[in-house]
Amino acid sequence: MAEAIKNKGHLAHAGHGSHGGDHGHGHDHHDQEEMKTFGFWLFLITDVILFGTLFATYVVLRNNFAGGPLGSDLIEMSGIIASTFILLTSSFTSGIALLEMNKGNKKGLITWLIITALLGASFIYLEVNEFIHLVHEGANIGTSAYWSAFFTLVGTHGLHVTVGLVWMTAIILQIRRRGITPVTKRKVNIISLYWHFLDVVWIFVFTIVYLMGVM
Amino acid sequence: MANHNAHTEHGDHGHEGGHGSMKSYVIGFLLSIVLTIIPLVAVMNGMFSKQVTTVLILVMAILQFAVQLLFFMHIRDEKKPRYNLISLIFGLVIMLTIVAGSIWIMTYNAVAT
Repeated sequence: MAEAIKNKGHLAHAGHGSHGGDHGHGHDHHDQEEMKTFGFWLFLITDVILFGTLFATYVVLRNNFAGGPLGSDLIEMSGIIASTFILLTSSFTSGIALLEMNKGNKKGLITWLIITALLGASFIYLEVNEFIHLVHEGANIGTSAYWSAFFTLVGTHGLHVTVGLVWMTAIILQIRRRGITPVTKRKVNIISLYWHFLDVVWIFVFTIVYLMGVM
Repeated sequence: MANHNAHTEHGDHGHEGGHGSMKSYVIGFLLSIVLTIIPLVAVMNGMFSKQVTTVLILVMAILQFAVQLLFFMHIRDEKKPRYNLISLIFGLVIMLTIVAGSIWIMTYNAVAT
């Protein structure tokens, strides 16, 4: 792994020599940013495993209602369908933000990031409403094994989106102040990776929890 | 400065999120919409048997994952050696082991439900 990190960052002197000609100055800084992106990617891989365990728990416990309400009784698909398309669209708009950034268009970048954040916020709004509705109908996290697994899985995803929103707001403020620099560029690249990742997780939540739940 | 920026962009060629075109994003978006509508229709209308529907919607979810990876996360554009792809595969192997292993164990562990 040590060697892998070395290569990834082109820290090895041999690598430097052969690349030196066409890369020039600012090379080390660039490598640093690349390393940070790779580090974030490794965090995403651990997040894959986290969600894997939550999905495994959900699937194993999906039939244990302990005499309480069933998932298919309480889940309202209209809100879920709306939030699915909202999150899909926000994944797309965060991609457009990236394109604007690569064009060097600061205004466009900020605009599309704000649109992405607003879509994310409406997703959270719908989710909170759904949870309130469920608790109102008598299904909270302690009702049965099914609902414990349900709230933990869906709630962990919602928490990720919430953290992403706070983070995206911070990045928007930073871009407004500092403009598009190699550092803010890397940050936007990373948050958009995170955002696409959350969209992927939601697709599986939507399929396994909701679609299979009402089937 | 402008020169440096252009240079950085050139240097960026080859990692995730570094580039991509409007066209590839639009194609990815349309594909993800279609891949969401198909399972929705199949489940809401109860078109197929339960088993067929389950397989169908899982396949659609996996394709959707592939679309996000290819069109949005630009996994294809990574330059060699592909550490991102390799670490992703490693993570997926662990995840599948946990999920499939849990289901397998608990299926045979079930006390009359």
